[in-house]
Amino acid sequence: MSLKSTLCAATALSLITATGAFAADPSATITVATVNNGDMIRMQGYTDKFTEDTGIAVEWVTLEENVLRQRVTTDITTKGGAFDIMTIGMYETPIWGANGWLVPLDDLSEDYDVGDILPAMAGGLSHEGTLYAAPFYGESSMIMYRTDLMEAAGLEMPEAPTWEFIAEAAAAMTDRDADINGICLRGKAGWGEGGAFITAMSNSFGARWFDMDWNAQFDTEPWANTLNFYKNMMDASGPTGYATNGFNENLSLFNQGKCGMWIDATVAASFVTGDDSTVADSVGFALAPDTGLGKRSNWLWAWALAIPAGTQQQAEAKQFIEWATSKGYIELVAENEGWANVPPGARKSLYENPDYQAVPFAQMTLDSILSADPANSTVEPSPYVGIQFAAIPEFAGIATEVSQEFSAAYAGQQSIEEALEKAQAITNDAMEAAGYR
Amino acid sequence: MSRTVTTQRKMITTAAAWTIGLVIFFPIYWTILTSFKTEAQAINDPPLFFAFDWTLENYALVQERSDYMKFLWNSVIIAGGSTILGILVAIPAAWSMAFVPSRRTKDILLWMLSTKMLPAVGVLYPISLIFVEFNLLDTRGGLVVVLMLINLPIIVWMLYTYFKEIPGEILEAARMDGATLKEEILYVLTPMAIPGIASTILLNFILAWNEAFWTLNLTAANAAPLTAFIASYSSPEGLFFAKLSAASTMAITPILILGWFSQKQLVRGLTFGAVK
Repeated sequence: MSLKSTLCAATALSLITATGAFAADPSATITVATVNNGDMIRMQGYTDKFTEDTGIAVEWVTLEENVLRQRVTTDITTKGGAFDIMTIGMYETPIWGANGWLVPLDDLSEDYDVGDILPAMAGGLSHEGTLYAAPFYGESSMIMYRTDLMEAAGLEMPEAPTWEFIAEAAAAMTDRDADINGICLRGKAGWGEGGAFITAMSNSFGARWFDMDWNAQFDTEPWANTLNFYKNMMDASGPTGYATNGFNENLSLFNQGKCGMWIDATVAASFVTGDDSTVADSVGFALAPDTGLGKRSNWLWAWALAIPAGTQQQAEAKQFIEWATSKGYIELVAENEGWANVPPGARKSLYENPDYQAVPFAQMTLDSILSADPANSTVEPSPYVGIQFAAIPEFAGIATEVSQEFSAAYAGQQSIEEALEKAQAITNDAMEAAGYR
Repeated sequence: MSRTVTTQRKMITTAAAWTIGLVIFFPIYWTILTSFKTEAQAINDPPLFFAFDWTLENYALVQERSDYMKFLWNSVIIAGGSTILGILVAIPAAWSMAFVPSRRTKDILLWMLSTKMLPAVGVLYPISLIFVEFNLLDTRGGLVVVLMLINLPIIVWMLYTYFKEIPGEILEAARMDGATLKEEILYVLTPMAIPGIASTILLNFILAWNEAFWTLNLTAANAAPLTAFIASYSSPEGLFFAKLSAASTMAITPILILGWFSQKQLVRGLTFGAVK
């Protein structure tokens, strides 16, 4: 083949590529954007059943959590229309609902029984009383602990312990020679990682992000107490490098038998008692700790399905959401994979089911969810909704920066005082720029 | 004496080269190794190097969950299409800059390169809006154009460097023999610059294959390439390293094979004109 023919062929190929690629997809499927969590992946496996029943095909776009957030935010703000259903959380839902970016879910069928959704979940996924996303699964946080190590330390875990007890137990369970850390907690920078944990913890110490005039509160004593308590306890009883540990790192440590206690998402209960865990037979559960001020340090979160305004397939999308978050779907999973594997934390009826009550972590999960109140999360009054976050658009950016300062303090790169001073300045500057102050 | 020094120096250089090579290769090696472990083995502390039960379950699971061939085909189309389109634009551009330079040629070259210094996220919204307006979202054609544009400065720079090595007198001689501009580029310049063009094509193909910002942000279910395939195996809650490693290994295998077979051409092209 001559050079000229090669170049002509190349030109033709690129034109064919481009022309073919620009053609619209004629299929009538719905596209769902989601995260790679166990329950979501399981749902993908049952999609054929939905298609069989309704004739609606479903395409999945699974992305890493932060990529998904960026992707769906871009899509919804540019009215891209790439997705018919988006998996979003409690942080985005009320904000996007208020902006008119989501289709209200106020006409779900009677069979769906919207009243069966746990009030805490429905409240967190609503704006001014209108539901904008249906919870697929919900979670709070709780203590997961090694019953054998607790017993060996001569202690007994109360159902609702204090932070003082947790620090004492962590010190007693720590055995550096045996590579056992008394406690594993998130320290990783990121508003959804270490930022979420320390914010929930600070609630129990009487701290809050903002006063009623949206002034940052990092210069107050409760914040200093929170961070000092956290750092002292983790330095004494936490794993090496805890400043960079997030959910997965701690899960890995706990499953290898290297943590006496782990305070994290309730969904982790099925992982630490599952096949990948070396300590599955000796795990107990308790409520997240408090300091006696009336607020516990547990959070509330839900992964929920929402329909972006402007989708051309609203009816089909709604039909899918009704199916995926229904009682029937829970029963379908239970039938095939057992009750321990059903999506938890969304429906009251699940916790009334005797089969599910037999699951060891079911009651503690429900108790943790019920003890979380996003509308009233702090000891002193605060102007925001949310427990481990403040449901304002600016929060994710601010909290990511603040959590970076905190992680630097955990790692010993700066003092707690310096970190709090910087957090105060970062937050006040951002709030001023956004027009809150 | 001098011979001993030379041998010692050679040994040190060889050892240094091997060390650097192994350090660079280690992440790939570790990814491949992890893909044959269970999730529990993947997070084992101390890390397991060889003494574990090798399993193919991650590959089976990834195959079961994802349509690998669809992602692969999209990668081939997007990387291949953007490379071909880029070369077609860049050869005439580099020719004019190398053989008919103006007073501003250097400035234009620098300006072109400076566009690579802009963080991609800075133009995410403008590009997204253009894509929405022209109905290009989640199309391979849209990505072919975007990836061609973002890699164009590098292609032009590389070709410009190769073309500068070719004596202008040869082209002049062709012109004196009556060659038209098209014939000059097609029959005189291009054959002489084949090693350079080949390495430019290969490098651009690799860059486009690995591009993970635009390919994630401008696609959904239809045009998503292998970068999206990999991203779908990262999880915020749950162990995923073994499955992610299997997906990564499957995604990099085609490009590793291509690189292996064309390494001679690639090295020849990249060192073209480096030593005078």
